[in-house]
Amino acid sequence: MADSKDFIAGIDSNAKKSPRRIVFITRRTSAQVKVETEDQIQTFPEVLFRAAVAVMTLAVVLVWIALMFNAPLEGLADPSHTPNPAKAPWYFLGLQEMLHYFPPVVAGVLVPGLVVMALIVIPYFKVNIEADGLFLKDRQRRLRIFYAVATLLSLFLLLFKVYAALVPTLIMAGVMLVAAQSSPQSTSAFRRYLAGRPLSYWVMTWFLFELVVLTAIGTFFRGPGWAFVWPWQGS
Amino acid sequence: MAKTIDQHFDDLRGTRVWRSIFRSGTGSSTLKRALAIQQNVFLHLFSTKVRSRMLSFSATWYLGTLTLGTFLILVATGIPLMFYYHPSVPQAYADTKDLQFVVSSGLFLRNLHRWSAHAMVFLVFAHMFKVFYRGAYRAPREFNWVIGVILLLMTLLLSYTGYLLPWDQLAYWAITVGSNIASAVPVIGEKIHFLLLGGNAVNANALLRFYVLHCMILPLAAMFFVAIHFWRIRKDGGLYSHDSEPATVRAKAKTSVATNAVTAKEAQ
Repeated sequence: MADSKDFIAGIDSNAKKSPRRIVFITRRTSAQVKVETEDQIQTFPEVLFRAAVAVMTLAVVLVWIALMFNAPLEGLADPSHTPNPAKAPWYFLGLQEMLHYFPPVVAGVLVPGLVVMALIVIPYFKVNIEADGLFLKDRQRRLRIFYAVATLLSLFLLLFKVYAALVPTLIMAGVMLVAAQSSPQSTSAFRRYLAGRPLSYWVMTWFLFELVVLTAIGTFFRGPGWAFVWPWQGS
Repeated sequence: MAKTIDQHFDDLRGTRVWRSIFRSGTGSSTLKRALAIQQNVFLHLFSTKVRSRMLSFSATWYLGTLTLGTFLILVATGIPLMFYYHPSVPQAYADTKDLQFVVSSGLFLRNLHRWSAHAMVFLVFAHMFKVFYRGAYRAPREFNWVIGVILLLMTLLLSYTGYLLPWDQLAYWAITVGSNIASAVPVIGEKIHFLLLGGNAVNANALLRFYVLHCMILPLAAMFFVAIHFWRIRKDGGLYSHDSEPATVRAKAKTSVATNAVTAKEAQ
């Protein structure tokens, strides 16, 4: 903790909840009584009951789906006959879409490896703990960095003709520009919301956007030879 | 007067046999309710009390609970599926066909298992993004976030290893496409690929390996990490609620002290 004064001086006067405490207050701290009556509820039975209801509701939905729709089952595996296209499970189709543009060592190893690393280290970097709007502090410098990163990323994606990833990037950059032009005093509630978003929010939302778009394209818009098809055209 | 169901349940919980098993007895006092959680080997992973605001649907969307729910459904449907399945070529495919057309409710079991698996992958991702946008990864919950990422990878591996088991064209080529990515790892790629499949291509060895991973090693490992995941929620101060965090409370206290000081000055 960077905070040198990592405690609250005070007296908890609720003798029923906690034993009486006496606090010694140094000269520079001011005493105050902290009123803390956060409503709590017993896990048994209330919380467990709610969890059970939630799980049962989910079970009912899944049972209904299982009764209505059959799991796919194709012919016996045949190593000598490759289907076109051969698709991975849906949650890997974003990766497979990347494989279409980049060499396997980039799309299959470097990108997922970096994503996993980035996810793991999220809570350990102060930039992700900050809750202030990205452009509210140090505005000019941050805008310059934002322009540089957005331009380089877009040029890179353009160079490799990754339009599927370029479009979400440009849309995100546009929304971030709106955020940069907004402030907590903006009249529209949406702009006030955008102005208050920190860097980590923008990075994660961009990642989520790309994940959804690439997975959707890989799932619905790719046919034989990984060529673009409309979902209703079939393969 | 006839006893209500509740009273019968209370009687049951008061019996010697019940108490010998569950250690906690009857009664609806706070103490008894706390003991019902704390004295139970499974439930003691949870806190005995939860902030009531965290029970609202919007706080969590119950995504973690629902993910556990899909996992339980997958275990419950996976075990009967194992009774009818031989992890060998081409018997695996014949067994899957039998499940579709011969075994009673076999089709339903397989459908439920498959759709629940997809639901679990989706829910794990949803849970992760929900936790992120609430900022619930902040200290002291950093490591629980890391365990969450491990559980995400395990869910993907569980789903991926299960994908091969029907041994149909869909399974075979999906795993071929996926496992070829492993070969792209510099230097040791081919070794990893060989280790994963037990050969240079998807074959009977790969099926056996995936079966053992899918039915035993990965579920056990996942349960281990799920237990830590739940236990850490309790140890890290319960479900994350921004307004109840020590840091937020401290900040509020500081502002209120500052405001008080200003008002005091103005009063003078």
